[in-house]
Amino acid sequence: MPTFFEVVSPGFLTTVQDSGRFGYRSIGMPVTGALDQYSYRVANLLVGNDENAACLEITLLGPTFEVHGSAVIALNGALFQATLNEQPLPQWQAVEVKENDIITISEAKVGARGYLAVAGGFDVPMVMGSRSTYIRGEIGGFQGRPLQRGDKLEIGSPSKEPLQYVGKLIPSEYIPRYDASGIVTLRVIMGPQEHCFSQKGLQDFLMSTYTVTSESDRMGCRLEGTSVEHLSKGHAQIISDGIPLGAVQIPGDGMPIVMLADGQTTGGYPKIATVCTVDLPLVSQCKPGDKVHFLEITQDEAISLLKEQEDKLHKLQLMLTPDASSTARHFRVMVESRYFDVWVEER
Amino acid sequence: MSIGFCIKPAGDSALLVQLGNKISPELNAKVRALNVALQHNPIEGVIETVPAYCSLLVCFDPLKLEPATLEKHLERAMETTCEGNISQPSVTVIPVCYGGDLGPDLEFVSAYCKLDPEEVIALHSAPNYLIYMLGFTPGFPYLGGMDPRIATPRLENPRTKIPAGSVGIAGEQTGIYPVDSPGGWRIIGRTPVNIYDPFRTPPVLFSAGNYIRFQPITAEQYQTTKEQAKIGAYKVRTYNLEEEKGML
Repeated sequence: MPTFFEVVSPGFLTTVQDSGRFGYRSIGMPVTGALDQYSYRVANLLVGNDENAACLEITLLGPTFEVHGSAVIALNGALFQATLNEQPLPQWQAVEVKENDIITISEAKVGARGYLAVAGGFDVPMVMGSRSTYIRGEIGGFQGRPLQRGDKLEIGSPSKEPLQYVGKLIPSEYIPRYDASGIVTLRVIMGPQEHCFSQKGLQDFLMSTYTVTSESDRMGCRLEGTSVEHLSKGHAQIISDGIPLGAVQIPGDGMPIVMLADGQTTGGYPKIATVCTVDLPLVSQCKPGDKVHFLEITQDEAISLLKEQEDKLHKLQLMLTPDASSTARHFRVMVESRYFDVWVEER
Repeated sequence: MSIGFCIKPAGDSALLVQLGNKISPELNAKVRALNVALQHNPIEGVIETVPAYCSLLVCFDPLKLEPATLEKHLERAMETTCEGNISQPSVTVIPVCYGGDLGPDLEFVSAYCKLDPEEVIALHSAPNYLIYMLGFTPGFPYLGGMDPRIATPRLENPRTKIPAGSVGIAGEQTGIYPVDSPGGWRIIGRTPVNIYDPFRTPPVLFSAGNYIRFQPITAEQYQTTKEQAKIGAYKVRTYNLEEEKGML
Protein backbone atom coordinates (compact mmCIF):
# COMPACT_ATOMS: atom_id res chain seq x y z
CA MET A 1 0.00 0.00 0.00
CA PRO A 2 1.60 3.28 -1.01
CA THR A 3 1.78 6.17 1.42
CA PHE A 4 -1.07 8.63 0.98
CA PHE A 5 -2.73 11.60 2.68
CA GLU A 6 -6.50 11.52 2.90
CA VAL A 7 -8.26 14.87 2.80
CA VAL A 8 -10.49 15.20 5.86
CA SER A 9 -11.32 18.81 5.00
CA PRO A 10 -9.91 20.62 1.96
CA GLY A 11 -9.57 24.16 3.34
CA PHE A 12 -10.43 27.27 1.35
CA LEU A 13 -8.34 26.54 -1.76
CA THR A 14 -5.68 23.83 -1.73
CA THR A 15 -4.00 22.82 -5.01
CA VAL A 16 -1.02 20.76 -6.14
CA GLN A 17 1.67 23.08 -7.56
CA ASP A 18 5.28 22.87 -8.71
CA SER A 19 7.82 25.21 -10.31
CA GLY A 20 5.51 25.83 -13.28
CA ARG A 21 4.46 24.74 -16.73
CA PHE A 22 6.86 26.27 -19.21
CA GLY A 23 6.94 26.20 -23.00
CA TYR A 24 3.23 26.59 -23.72
CA ARG A 25 2.57 30.29 -23.26
CA SER A 26 2.49 30.66 -27.06
CA ILE A 27 -0.70 28.57 -27.17
CA GLY A 28 -2.28 30.52 -24.33
CA MET A 29 -1.39 28.18 -21.47
CA PRO A 30 -0.41 30.13 -18.34
CA VAL A 31 2.75 29.17 -16.45
CA THR A 32 0.79 28.13 -13.31
CA GLY A 33 2.88 26.73 -10.41
CA ALA A 34 3.49 27.89 -6.84
CA LEU A 35 2.86 31.63 -6.53
CA ASP A 36 5.48 31.99 -3.79
CA GLN A 37 8.35 30.16 -5.50
CA TYR A 38 10.72 31.00 -2.63
CA SER A 39 8.73 29.28 0.11
CA TYR A 40 7.95 26.43 -2.28
CA ARG A 41 11.61 25.83 -3.10
CA VAL A 42 12.75 26.01 0.51
CA ALA A 43 9.98 23.56 1.48
CA ASN A 44 11.36 21.04 -1.02
CA LEU A 45 14.95 21.59 0.15
CA LEU A 46 13.88 20.98 3.75
CA VAL A 47 12.66 17.45 2.97
CA GLY A 48 15.46 16.60 0.52
CA ASN A 49 13.31 16.78 -2.62
CA ASP A 50 14.22 17.74 -6.16
CA GLU A 51 13.48 21.39 -6.80
CA ASN A 52 10.57 20.49 -9.07
CA ALA A 53 8.71 18.19 -6.69
CA ALA A 54 5.00 18.88 -6.36
CA CYS A 55 3.80 20.54 -3.14
CA LEU A 56 0.43 21.69 -1.93
CA GLU A 57 -0.36 25.37 -2.08
CA ILE A 58 -2.67 26.28 0.79
CA THR A 59 -4.69 29.49 0.73
CA LEU A 60 -5.78 31.46 3.83
CA LEU A 61 -7.57 28.56 5.54
CA GLY A 62 -5.77 25.25 5.38
CA PRO A 63 -6.80 21.61 5.02
CA THR A 64 -6.85 18.67 7.41
CA PHE A 65 -5.24 15.37 6.42
CA GLU A 66 -5.10 11.89 7.82
CA VAL A 67 -1.76 10.21 7.17
CA HIS A 68 -1.64 6.64 5.82
CA GLY A 69 1.86 5.19 5.92
CA SER A 70 4.70 7.41 7.10
CA ALA A 71 6.28 10.49 5.59
CA VAL A 72 8.38 13.58 6.22
CA ILE A 73 6.72 16.95 5.67
CA ALA A 74 7.59 20.65 5.85
CA LEU A 75 5.13 23.53 6.01
CA ASN A 76 6.42 26.86 4.70
CA GLY A 77 5.12 30.20 3.53
CA ALA A 78 2.46 31.96 5.58
CA LEU A 79 2.47 31.50 9.35
CA PHE A 80 -0.43 29.16 10.11
CA GLN A 81 -2.27 27.99 13.13
CA ALA A 82 -1.22 24.37 12.49
CA THR A 83 -1.16 21.16 14.52
CA LEU A 84 -0.01 17.56 14.27
CA ASN A 85 -2.28 15.41 16.44
CA GLU A 86 -3.36 18.58 18.26
CA GLN A 87 0.23 19.52 19.16
CA PRO A 88 1.68 22.64 17.51
CA LEU A 89 3.23 21.77 14.13
CA PRO A 90 6.54 23.61 13.70
CA GLN A 91 6.96 25.40 10.35
CA TRP A 92 10.06 25.85 8.17
CA GLN A 93 11.46 22.50 9.27
CA ALA A 94 11.05 18.82 8.38
CA VAL A 95 8.69 16.84 10.61
CA GLU A 96 8.02 13.11 10.60
CA VAL A 97 4.39 11.98 10.33
CA LYS A 98 3.07 8.44 10.89
CA GLU A 99 0.07 6.22 10.25
CA ASN A 100 -3.22 7.80 11.41
CA ASP A 101 -1.59 11.13 12.31
CA ILE A 102 -3.85 14.12 11.79
CA ILE A 103 -2.32 17.24 10.22
CA THR A 104 -4.55 20.25 10.75
CA ILE A 105 -3.69 23.54 9.10
CA SER A 106 -6.12 26.24 10.17
CA GLU A 107 -6.00 29.96 9.63
CA ALA A 108 -3.10 31.88 8.13
CA LYS A 109 -2.08 34.31 10.87
CA VAL A 110 0.54 36.19 8.83
CA GLY A 111 0.72 35.91 5.03
CA ALA A 112 -1.79 34.26 2.72
CA ARG A 113 -0.28 31.11 1.20
CA GLY A 114 1.42 28.08 2.67
CA TYR A 115 3.40 25.31 0.99
CA LEU A 116 3.27 21.77 2.28
CA ALA A 117 6.10 19.67 0.92
CA VAL A 118 6.41 15.94 1.48
CA ALA A 119 9.57 13.90 0.91
CA GLY A 120 9.05 12.21 -2.46
CA GLY A 121 6.55 14.84 -3.62
CA PHE A 122 2.82 14.50 -4.25
CA ASP A 123 2.51 11.91 -6.98
CA VAL A 124 0.07 13.25 -9.56
CA PRO A 125 0.43 12.79 -13.33
CA MET A 126 2.51 15.19 -15.39
CA VAL A 127 0.48 17.22 -17.86
CA MET A 128 2.40 19.27 -20.41
CA GLY A 129 5.60 18.92 -18.42
CA SER A 130 4.23 19.95 -15.03
CA ARG A 131 2.20 18.69 -12.08
CA SER A 132 0.72 22.12 -11.36
CA THR A 133 -3.04 22.54 -11.20
CA TYR A 134 -4.45 24.99 -13.75
CA ILE A 135 -7.86 25.51 -12.19
CA ARG A 136 -9.51 27.38 -15.10
CA GLY A 137 -8.21 24.90 -17.67
CA GLU A 138 -9.08 21.93 -15.42
CA ILE A 139 -5.74 20.23 -16.00
CA GLY A 140 -2.78 19.11 -13.88
CA GLY A 141 -2.60 18.58 -10.14
CA PHE A 142 -5.19 16.29 -8.55
CA GLN A 143 -7.73 15.63 -11.34
CA GLY A 144 -7.34 19.20 -12.57
CA ARG A 145 -9.06 20.74 -9.57
CA PRO A 146 -8.60 21.99 -5.98
CA LEU A 147 -8.64 19.28 -3.31
CA GLN A 148 -11.95 17.98 -2.00
CA ARG A 149 -12.94 15.98 1.06
CA GLY A 150 -12.12 12.29 0.63
CA ASP A 151 -9.34 12.77 -1.95
CA LYS A 152 -6.42 10.40 -1.48
CA LEU A 153 -3.10 12.00 -2.38
CA GLU A 154 -0.38 9.52 -3.12
CA ILE A 155 3.21 10.30 -2.13
CA GLY A 156 6.17 9.49 -4.41
CA SER A 157 9.23 7.59 -3.19
CA PRO A 158 11.88 9.90 -1.75
CA SER A 159 15.24 9.87 -3.56
CA LYS A 160 17.14 10.50 -0.30
CA GLU A 161 16.55 9.10 3.18
CA PRO A 162 14.11 11.74 4.48
CA LEU A 163 14.45 11.00 8.20
CA GLN A 164 17.92 12.58 8.24
CA TYR A 165 16.27 15.93 7.47
CA VAL A 166 13.85 15.76 10.39
CA GLY A 167 14.30 18.49 12.97
CA LYS A 168 17.05 20.29 11.02
CA LEU A 169 16.67 24.00 11.50
CA ILE A 170 17.58 26.69 9.02
CA PRO A 171 18.92 30.13 9.97
CA SER A 172 16.03 32.47 10.62
CA GLU A 173 17.27 34.88 7.95
CA TYR A 174 15.86 32.34 5.50
CA ILE A 175 12.37 32.76 6.90
CA PRO A 176 10.63 35.74 5.31
CA ARG A 177 8.57 38.09 7.42
CA TYR A 178 5.25 39.03 5.92
CA ASP A 179 4.52 42.09 7.97
CA ALA A 180 0.77 42.53 8.05
CA SER A 181 0.87 45.93 9.73
CA GLY A 182 3.37 47.58 7.40
CA ILE A 183 3.42 48.54 3.76
CA VAL A 184 4.94 45.94 1.43
CA THR A 185 7.49 47.36 -0.99
CA LEU A 186 7.29 45.82 -4.45
CA ARG A 187 10.29 46.59 -6.61
CA VAL A 188 9.40 47.08 -10.28
CA ILE A 189 11.09 47.58 -13.61
CA MET A 190 9.19 50.25 -15.54
CA GLY A 191 7.59 49.33 -18.86
CA PRO A 192 7.10 47.97 -21.40
CA GLN A 193 4.18 50.43 -21.90
CA GLU A 194 5.02 53.29 -19.54
CA HIS A 195 4.55 55.64 -22.53
CA CYS A 196 0.78 55.04 -22.27
CA PHE A 197 0.66 57.07 -19.02
CA SER A 198 0.71 60.75 -18.17
CA GLN A 199 3.47 62.25 -15.98
CA LYS A 200 0.88 62.46 -13.23
CA GLY A 201 -0.07 58.79 -13.77
CA LEU A 202 3.55 57.64 -13.52
CA GLN A 203 4.10 59.75 -10.41
CA ASP A 204 0.93 58.54 -8.68
CA PHE A 205 1.83 54.95 -9.45
CA LEU A 206 5.22 55.24 -7.73
CA MET A 207 4.18 57.59 -4.89
CA SER A 208 0.85 56.12 -3.76
CA THR A 209 -0.03 53.27 -1.45
CA TYR A 210 -2.41 50.65 -2.83
CA THR A 211 -4.71 48.23 -1.02
CA VAL A 212 -5.11 44.58 -2.06
CA THR A 213 -8.77 43.83 -2.86
CA SER A 214 -10.75 40.66 -2.19
CA GLU A 215 -11.03 39.94 -5.94
CA SER A 216 -7.37 38.89 -5.96
CA ASP A 217 -6.72 35.29 -6.92
CA ARG A 218 -4.10 33.08 -8.58
CA MET A 219 -4.59 34.99 -11.84
CA GLY A 220 -3.82 38.40 -10.46
CA CYS A 221 -3.45 40.57 -7.39
CA ARG A 222 -5.96 43.41 -7.78
CA LEU A 223 -5.25 46.72 -6.12
CA GLU A 224 -7.21 49.86 -5.35
CA GLY A 225 -6.07 53.36 -4.52
CA THR A 226 -5.12 56.43 -6.54
CA SER A 227 -6.22 55.88 -10.13
CA VAL A 228 -3.24 55.73 -12.51
CA GLU A 229 -3.94 58.18 -15.32
CA HIS A 230 -3.41 57.11 -18.93
CA LEU A 231 -2.02 59.64 -21.40
CA SER A 232 -5.45 59.69 -23.06
CA LYS A 233 -8.52 57.50 -23.18
CA GLY A 234 -7.11 55.81 -26.28
CA HIS A 235 -4.01 54.83 -24.31
CA ALA A 236 -6.06 52.64 -21.95
CA GLN A 237 -5.86 49.89 -24.57
CA ILE A 238 -3.03 48.49 -26.62
CA ILE A 239 -2.90 45.92 -29.37
CA SER A 240 -2.78 42.71 -27.31
CA ASP A 241 0.69 41.40 -26.57
CA GLY A 242 2.38 38.81 -24.35
CA ILE A 243 2.15 39.31 -20.57
CA PRO A 244 5.23 38.47 -18.48
CA LEU A 245 4.85 37.18 -14.89
CA GLY A 246 4.48 40.10 -12.50
CA ALA A 247 3.30 42.57 -15.16
CA VAL A 248 1.32 45.45 -13.67
CA GLN A 249 -1.63 46.06 -15.98
CA ILE A 250 -3.60 49.28 -15.75
CA PRO A 251 -7.10 48.89 -17.23
CA GLY A 252 -9.42 51.81 -17.98
CA ASP A 253 -10.37 52.41 -14.34
CA GLY A 254 -6.71 53.06 -13.46
CA MET A 255 -6.53 50.36 -10.76
CA PRO A 256 -3.38 48.20 -11.01
CA ILE A 257 -3.52 44.41 -11.41
CA VAL A 258 -0.30 42.44 -10.79
CA MET A 259 -0.46 39.42 -13.10
CA LEU A 260 0.36 36.10 -11.39
CA ALA A 261 1.03 32.52 -12.46
CA ASP A 262 -2.53 31.65 -13.61
CA GLY A 263 -2.96 34.96 -15.46
CA GLN A 264 -3.72 35.20 -19.15
CA THR A 265 -0.73 34.94 -21.46
CA THR A 266 -1.81 37.85 -23.67
CA GLY A 267 -3.84 40.96 -23.05
CA GLY A 268 -4.75 44.42 -24.24
CA TYR A 269 -4.25 46.59 -21.15
CA PRO A 270 -1.05 48.66 -21.03
CA LYS A 271 1.57 47.39 -18.60
CA ILE A 272 3.11 50.27 -16.69
CA ALA A 273 5.77 48.10 -14.98
CA THR A 274 6.74 44.55 -14.03
CA VAL A 275 7.37 43.35 -10.47
CA CYS A 276 10.84 41.82 -10.19
CA THR A 277 11.01 38.05 -9.73
CA VAL A 278 12.37 38.12 -6.15
CA ASP A 279 9.39 40.22 -5.01
CA LEU A 280 6.67 38.03 -6.56
CA PRO A 281 6.50 35.91 -3.37
CA LEU A 282 5.65 39.09 -1.45
CA VAL A 283 2.71 39.78 -3.79
CA SER A 284 1.39 36.26 -3.31
CA GLN A 285 1.55 36.55 0.48
CA CYS A 286 -0.67 39.66 0.47
CA LYS A 287 -4.14 39.31 1.93
CA PRO A 288 -7.11 41.49 1.03
CA GLY A 289 -6.64 44.77 2.91
CA ASP A 290 -2.82 44.62 2.90
CA LYS A 291 -1.00 47.71 1.63
CA VAL A 292 1.67 47.82 -1.06
CA HIS A 293 3.70 50.46 -2.83
CA PHE A 294 5.91 50.29 -5.88
CA LEU A 295 9.60 51.18 -6.05
CA GLU A 296 11.39 51.58 -9.36
CA ILE A 297 14.66 49.67 -9.89
CA THR A 298 16.63 48.80 -13.03
CA GLN A 299 16.61 45.46 -14.82
CA ASP A 300 20.27 44.96 -13.82
CA GLU A 301 19.45 45.56 -10.15
CA ALA A 302 16.57 43.08 -10.33
CA ILE A 303 18.83 40.44 -11.87
CA SER A 304 21.49 41.02 -9.17
CA LEU A 305 18.83 40.49 -6.51
CA LEU A 306 17.81 37.25 -8.20
CA LYS A 307 21.43 36.05 -8.32
CA GLU A 308 21.87 36.86 -4.62
CA GLN A 309 18.78 34.83 -3.82
CA GLU A 310 20.05 31.91 -5.92
CA ASP A 311 23.38 31.96 -4.03
CA LYS A 312 21.51 32.05 -0.75
CA LEU A 313 19.37 29.06 -1.73
CA HIS A 314 22.42 27.19 -2.93
CA LYS A 315 24.09 27.76 0.46
CA LEU A 316 20.96 26.54 2.17
CA GLN A 317 21.01 23.37 0.12
CA LEU A 318 24.62 22.73 1.22
CA MET A 319 23.71 23.50 4.82
CA LEU A 320 20.93 20.93 4.73
CA THR A 321 23.07 18.24 3.16
CA PRO A 322 23.54 15.63 5.86
CA ASP A 323 26.89 16.15 7.57
CA ALA A 324 28.05 14.60 10.82
CA SER A 325 30.97 16.95 11.52
CA SER A 326 28.98 19.73 13.19
CA THR A 327 28.64 19.47 16.95
CA ALA A 328 26.70 22.69 17.55
CA ARG A 329 23.01 22.27 18.31
CA HIS A 330 20.67 24.76 16.71
CA PHE A 331 17.49 25.93 18.42
CA ARG A 332 14.90 28.28 17.09
CA VAL A 333 12.88 30.52 19.37
CA MET A 334 9.79 32.39 18.27
CA VAL A 335 8.99 35.67 19.98
CA GLU A 336 6.01 37.70 18.75
CA SER A 337 5.88 35.95 15.33
CA ARG A 338 9.62 36.44 14.78
CA TYR A 339 12.19 33.68 14.75
CA PHE A 340 15.54 33.84 16.57
CA ASP A 341 18.43 31.38 16.27
CA VAL A 342 20.32 29.94 19.21
CA TRP A 343 23.36 27.67 18.79
CA VAL A 344 24.67 25.64 21.70
CA GLU A 345 28.10 24.10 21.35
CA GLU A 346 30.10 22.07 23.87
CA ARG A 347 33.67 23.26 24.36
CA MET B 1 14.60 45.50 -46.65
CA SER B 2 14.82 47.09 -43.24
CA ILE B 3 12.32 46.83 -40.43
CA GLY B 4 11.83 49.29 -37.65
CA PHE B 5 11.68 47.49 -34.35
CA CYS B 6 12.51 48.14 -30.74
CA ILE B 7 13.42 45.87 -27.86
CA LYS B 8 12.18 46.78 -24.38
CA PRO B 9 12.60 45.14 -20.98
CA ALA B 10 9.44 43.43 -19.71
CA GLY B 11 10.61 42.70 -16.18
CA ASP B 12 13.84 40.88 -15.29
CA SER B 13 13.05 37.72 -17.26
CA ALA B 14 11.57 38.91 -20.56
CA LEU B 15 12.25 41.26 -23.45
CA LEU B 16 9.48 42.58 -25.68
CA VAL B 17 10.33 42.90 -29.36
CA GLN B 18 7.90 45.45 -30.79
CA LEU B 19 7.80 45.26 -34.59
CA GLY B 20 5.22 47.95 -35.20
CA ASN B 21 1.93 49.08 -33.82
CA LYS B 22 -0.98 47.99 -35.96
CA ILE B 23 -2.96 44.89 -36.82
CA SER B 24 -1.88 43.83 -40.29
CA PRO B 25 -1.03 40.50 -41.92
CA GLU B 26 2.33 41.93 -43.13
CA LEU B 27 3.42 42.90 -39.62
CA ASN B 28 2.22 39.61 -38.14
CA ALA B 29 4.24 37.77 -40.82
CA LYS B 30 7.35 39.52 -39.46
CA VAL B 31 6.49 38.40 -35.92
CA ARG B 32 6.18 34.84 -37.21
CA ALA B 33 9.43 35.13 -39.16
CA LEU B 34 11.34 36.22 -36.05
CA ASN B 35 9.71 33.48 -33.98
CA VAL B 36 10.58 30.82 -36.57
CA ALA B 37 14.15 32.13 -36.73
CA LEU B 38 14.46 31.72 -32.94
CA GLN B 39 13.06 28.19 -33.16
CA HIS B 40 15.57 27.25 -35.87
CA ASN B 41 18.50 28.77 -34.00
CA PRO B 42 17.64 28.40 -30.32
CA ILE B 43 19.45 30.73 -27.93
CA GLU B 44 20.73 29.08 -24.74
CA GLY B 45 18.76 30.54 -21.83
CA VAL B 46 15.61 31.46 -23.78
CA ILE B 47 12.70 29.63 -22.15
CA GLU B 48 9.86 30.41 -24.54
CA THR B 49 8.30 33.08 -26.73
CA VAL B 50 4.81 34.54 -26.92
CA PRO B 51 3.96 35.77 -30.44
CA ALA B 52 1.15 38.36 -30.66
CA TYR B 53 -0.30 40.71 -33.31
CA CYS B 54 2.78 42.90 -33.78
CA SER B 55 5.19 41.88 -31.04
CA LEU B 56 7.13 38.93 -29.68
CA LEU B 57 7.67 38.44 -25.96
CA VAL B 58 10.92 36.55 -25.36
CA CYS B 59 11.07 34.92 -21.91
CA PHE B 60 14.54 34.02 -20.66
CA ASP B 61 16.37 32.79 -17.59
CA PRO B 62 18.46 35.73 -16.36
CA LEU B 63 20.69 33.33 -14.41
CA LYS B 64 21.81 31.81 -17.72
CA LEU B 65 21.58 34.70 -20.17
CA GLU B 66 22.33 38.42 -19.84
CA PRO B 67 19.59 40.61 -21.32
CA ALA B 68 22.23 42.60 -23.25
CA THR B 69 23.48 39.37 -24.88
CA LEU B 70 19.94 38.32 -25.72
CA GLU B 71 19.29 41.73 -27.26
CA LYS B 72 22.27 41.28 -29.60
CA HIS B 73 21.04 37.81 -30.58
CA LEU B 74 17.59 39.22 -31.30
CA GLU B 75 19.01 42.04 -33.43
CA ARG B 76 20.96 39.50 -35.45
CA ALA B 77 17.88 37.29 -35.82
CA MET B 78 15.95 40.32 -37.08
CA GLU B 79 18.59 40.84 -39.79
CA THR B 80 18.38 37.17 -40.83
CA THR B 81 14.60 37.23 -41.07
CA CYS B 82 14.83 40.24 -43.42
CA GLU B 83 16.57 38.02 -45.91
CA GLY B 84 13.28 36.18 -46.36
CA ASN B 85 14.57 32.59 -46.05
CA ILE B 86 11.78 31.60 -43.71
CA SER B 87 9.48 28.64 -44.35
CA GLN B 88 6.00 29.43 -45.67
CA PRO B 89 3.08 29.51 -43.23
CA SER B 90 0.75 26.50 -43.13
CA VAL B 91 -3.02 26.22 -43.58
CA THR B 92 -4.89 23.85 -41.25
CA VAL B 93 -8.27 22.66 -42.50
CA ILE B 94 -10.90 22.52 -39.76
CA PRO B 95 -14.07 20.60 -40.75
CA VAL B 96 -17.23 22.35 -39.52
CA CYS B 97 -20.84 21.23 -39.52
CA TYR B 98 -22.85 24.44 -39.91
CA GLY B 99 -26.37 25.11 -38.61
CA GLY B 100 -28.85 22.88 -36.81
CA ASP B 101 -28.24 21.98 -33.17
CA LEU B 102 -24.50 22.40 -33.68
CA GLY B 103 -24.87 25.96 -34.99
CA PRO B 104 -28.00 27.35 -33.34
CA ASP B 105 -27.32 30.98 -34.35
CA LEU B 106 -26.83 30.38 -38.09
CA GLU B 107 -30.40 31.45 -38.79
CA PHE B 108 -30.03 34.61 -36.74
CA VAL B 109 -26.79 35.52 -38.55
CA SER B 110 -28.48 34.80 -41.86
CA ALA B 111 -31.49 37.00 -41.01
CA TYR B 112 -29.31 39.77 -39.54
CA CYS B 113 -27.03 39.87 -42.60
CA LYS B 114 -29.93 39.41 -45.05
CA LEU B 115 -28.23 36.42 -46.65
CA ASP B 116 -29.31 32.81 -47.17
CA PRO B 117 -27.78 30.40 -44.62
CA GLU B 118 -25.92 28.78 -47.56
CA GLU B 119 -24.40 32.15 -48.45
CA VAL B 120 -23.29 32.69 -44.84
CA ILE B 121 -21.64 29.26 -44.90
CA ALA B 122 -19.99 29.98 -48.25
CA LEU B 123 -18.64 33.35 -47.08
CA HIS B 124 -17.46 31.93 -43.75
CA SER B 125 -15.65 28.96 -45.29
CA ALA B 126 -14.05 30.86 -48.18
CA PRO B 127 -11.03 32.66 -46.69
CA ASN B 128 -7.81 31.50 -45.13
CA TYR B 129 -7.99 33.05 -41.69
CA LEU B 130 -4.72 34.37 -40.29
CA ILE B 131 -4.09 33.24 -36.69
CA TYR B 132 -2.73 36.49 -35.25
CA MET B 133 -2.15 34.88 -31.85
CA LEU B 134 -3.43 32.27 -29.39
CA GLY B 135 -4.64 33.34 -25.98
CA PHE B 136 -7.61 33.95 -23.68
CA THR B 137 -7.90 30.20 -23.00
CA PRO B 138 -5.41 27.56 -24.19
CA GLY B 139 -5.79 27.14 -27.95
CA PHE B 140 -8.16 30.07 -28.56
CA PRO B 141 -7.18 31.60 -31.93
CA TYR B 142 -7.53 35.32 -32.62
CA LEU B 143 -8.38 35.19 -36.32
CA GLY B 144 -8.26 37.86 -39.00
CA GLY B 145 -9.87 37.91 -42.41
CA MET B 146 -13.59 37.41 -41.91
CA ASP B 147 -15.86 38.81 -44.61
CA PRO B 148 -17.53 41.94 -43.14
CA ARG B 149 -20.82 40.92 -44.82
CA ILE B 150 -21.36 38.27 -42.13
CA ALA B 151 -20.40 40.48 -39.17
CA THR B 152 -23.02 40.07 -36.42
CA PRO B 153 -23.14 41.55 -32.91
CA ARG B 154 -22.69 39.29 -29.87
CA LEU B 155 -25.57 37.86 -27.86
CA GLU B 156 -26.99 40.32 -25.34
CA ASN B 157 -26.99 37.58 -22.69
CA PRO B 158 -23.98 35.29 -22.96
CA ARG B 159 -24.66 31.55 -22.73
CA THR B 160 -23.34 29.85 -19.61
CA LYS B 161 -21.85 26.95 -21.54
CA ILE B 162 -20.69 26.77 -25.11
CA PRO B 163 -19.41 23.32 -26.07
CA ALA B 164 -15.78 22.87 -27.13
CA GLY B 165 -15.36 23.04 -30.90
CA SER B 166 -18.10 25.64 -31.39
CA VAL B 167 -17.42 28.11 -34.20
CA GLY B 168 -18.82 31.58 -33.70
CA ILE B 169 -19.00 35.17 -34.85
CA ALA B 170 -18.66 38.23 -32.61
CA GLY B 171 -18.79 41.53 -34.45
CA GLU B 172 -16.20 41.34 -37.20
CA GLN B 173 -14.34 38.45 -35.58
CA THR B 174 -14.69 34.72 -35.90
CA GLY B 175 -13.19 32.00 -33.74
CA ILE B 176 -13.38 28.50 -32.24
CA TYR B 177 -13.93 27.63 -28.58
CA PRO B 178 -11.14 25.14 -27.67
CA VAL B 179 -12.82 24.11 -24.39
CA ASP B 180 -16.32 24.35 -22.93
CA SER B 181 -16.72 27.92 -21.73
CA PRO B 182 -19.33 30.60 -21.20
CA GLY B 183 -19.56 33.09 -24.04
CA GLY B 184 -21.57 35.53 -26.08
CA TRP B 185 -20.52 34.66 -29.62
CA ARG B 186 -23.12 33.76 -32.26
CA ILE B 187 -22.55 30.03 -32.75
CA ILE B 188 -22.94 29.02 -36.40
CA GLY B 189 -21.38 25.55 -36.37
CA ARG B 190 -19.14 23.08 -34.60
CA THR B 191 -16.03 21.10 -35.48
CA PRO B 192 -15.81 17.42 -34.48
CA VAL B 193 -12.03 17.79 -34.16
CA ASN B 194 -10.34 18.36 -30.77
CA ILE B 195 -8.40 21.51 -31.53
CA TYR B 196 -6.94 21.42 -28.01
CA ASP B 197 -5.92 18.30 -26.12
CA PRO B 198 -3.49 18.70 -23.19
CA PHE B 199 -2.41 15.06 -23.50
CA ARG B 200 -1.44 15.31 -27.17
CA THR B 201 1.83 16.61 -28.64
CA PRO B 202 1.43 19.34 -29.72
CA PRO B 203 -1.62 20.16 -27.59
CA VAL B 204 -3.05 22.62 -30.17
CA LEU B 205 -3.49 21.78 -33.87
CA PHE B 206 -2.24 25.14 -35.14
CA SER B 207 0.05 27.98 -34.10
CA ALA B 208 0.25 31.76 -34.31
CA GLY B 209 1.25 33.23 -37.66
CA ASN B 210 -0.28 30.36 -39.65
CA TYR B 211 -3.75 29.97 -41.20
CA ILE B 212 -7.03 28.15 -40.60
CA ARG B 213 -9.61 27.28 -43.20
CA PHE B 214 -13.12 26.03 -42.38
CA GLN B 215 -14.45 23.22 -44.52
CA PRO B 216 -18.24 22.63 -44.45
CA ILE B 217 -19.21 19.03 -43.67
CA THR B 218 -22.57 17.26 -43.29
CA ALA B 219 -24.09 16.01 -40.04
CA GLU B 220 -23.12 12.43 -41.05
CA GLN B 221 -19.53 13.45 -41.73
CA TYR B 222 -19.55 15.23 -38.37
CA GLN B 223 -20.51 12.00 -36.59
CA THR B 224 -17.96 9.89 -38.47
CA THR B 225 -15.17 12.38 -37.88
CA LYS B 226 -16.11 12.70 -34.21
CA GLU B 227 -15.84 8.94 -33.75
CA GLN B 228 -12.45 8.94 -35.50
CA ALA B 229 -11.24 11.94 -33.48
CA LYS B 230 -12.26 10.23 -30.24
CA ILE B 231 -9.88 7.32 -30.87
CA GLY B 232 -7.19 9.59 -32.29
CA ALA B 233 -7.63 8.23 -35.83
CA TYR B 234 -8.53 11.52 -37.49
CA LYS B 235 -5.72 13.64 -38.86
CA VAL B 236 -6.45 17.21 -39.87
CA ARG B 237 -5.27 18.27 -43.29
CA THR B 238 -2.46 20.81 -43.22
CA TYR B 239 -0.73 22.23 -46.24
CA ASN B 240 1.72 24.92 -47.14
CA LEU B 241 0.27 28.28 -48.21
CA GLU B 242 2.55 28.23 -51.28
CA GLU B 243 1.19 24.80 -52.33
CA GLU B 244 -2.29 26.24 -52.28
CA LYS B 245 -1.25 29.01 -54.64
CA GLY B 246 0.05 26.28 -56.93
CA MET B 247 -3.24 24.40 -56.67
CA LEU B 248 -5.28 27.40 -57.78
